[in-house]
Amino acid sequence: MQNKRKERIFLDPIFRNNPVTVQILGICSALAVTVKLQSAVVMALSLTFVVAFSNVIVSLLRKTIPGRIRIIVQLVVVAFLVILVDQFLKAYFFDISKQLSVFVGLIITNCIVMGRLEAFAMSNSPKRSLIDGFANGLGYGFILIVVAFFRELLGSGTIWNYQVVPQAFYDAGYMNNGLMIMPPMALIAVGLIVWIQRAHQQKKEEGK
Amino acid sequence: MDKNKNSYIFIYSVILVVVVAGVLSLVAVLLQPKQAKNLEIEQKRNILAALKVTPETKDVEDTYAKMVKEIAVDEAGNEVDATDDALKLYVAHTDKGIKYVFPLSGKGLWGPIWGYISLDDDLNTVFGAYFDHKSETSGLGAEIATEHFQSQFSGKKIFDRSNKFVSVKTNKRGASNDNEVNAISGATITSTSVNEMIESCLKSYLPYIEKSRK
Repeated sequence: MQNKRKERIFLDPIFRNNPVTVQILGICSALAVTVKLQSAVVMALSLTFVVAFSNVIVSLLRKTIPGRIRIIVQLVVVAFLVILVDQFLKAYFFDISKQLSVFVGLIITNCIVMGRLEAFAMSNSPKRSLIDGFANGLGYGFILIVVAFFRELLGSGTIWNYQVVPQAFYDAGYMNNGLMIMPPMALIAVGLIVWIQRAHQQKKEEGK
Repeated sequence: MDKNKNSYIFIYSVILVVVVAGVLSLVAVLLQPKQAKNLEIEQKRNILAALKVTPETKDVEDTYAKMVKEIAVDEAGNEVDATDDALKLYVAHTDKGIKYVFPLSGKGLWGPIWGYISLDDDLNTVFGAYFDHKSETSGLGAEIATEHFQSQFSGKKIFDRSNKFVSVKTNKRGASNDNEVNAISGATITSTSVNEMIESCLKSYLPYIEKSRK
């Protein structure tokens, strides 16, 4: 029973209750960083780290946080973690920090982080909050990577900056779809994933 | 204890903020030297990139020390001692002869853009260029930081046929002469920003360039 619940905490955010496709959170960053697979992966990892650890910190503090200023406290914790990570990356992993520079601000404002703190960490143990944060980060990252995969493939003809569409295709008149690089296509791609997932889930629920 | 009492909230927030600020400032101070060093290496790496030399991170400093010499000029084009107002440039002895590297900086669509451009010793032909940006749009303006865009600059000229300074420009319709490269489609503002950056930065070195060409 206990194990089953833990499994749910872990698996739900990745599929059945995905923060992006079901709760429609964190959409703006999903639009911004999915032009290239590489930036999507870096963003996914950083967000997973921040959600997981801010969840733990807030969960540890949850019994002391005054209800009236809890959002501010959560925000301070998130901003603290993000700046800390940023400083460490700048000192020890300069190349990664260069790629991340734009996204740091996006992590602080990502609704998933605040959403998980408010909905889960405030009322659950640190251990379960860690799992929850980790899983939500992965659920978010999963969608990001799927969207980025198609946008990079169709928009630039590359995967992870490697050319995958052969030159022969271009010679035969194939062209990269410039629209895929634009933000609206990210919205449409996310919309398609939401559609597929909901249709699939509905079928499953009706079959029950 | 009543968590909703004003005094509790007040003390709680003060402690939280002081602790967070304390830890962050400590971290910032401790990591400062390491970060500054990274920036310095990054700058040297960028200068070398404009010279088409791309050593491993750990070899950057040695390679730089071996090849590059920093000089400074004033607005009239005379060589002067390096001060804060003096214009800096870099003279490099590469295996393809002496090259001059000029620092560039300007503003893009969302934030600063910068780079280095290296000229052959005729001070007209571009040898290589390196651009970077803080926050241009990924996949569009950010393409100025790619090899694909930068390599176009090699062999272009900053003076036109009648020896007038025209800089190197991006052209949306495609490069049509020795003073133009292809712009990035979908990134009009960033492409134009690159034009302005190269032109305005090189212009301040123009007295020096013209003096040295004669």
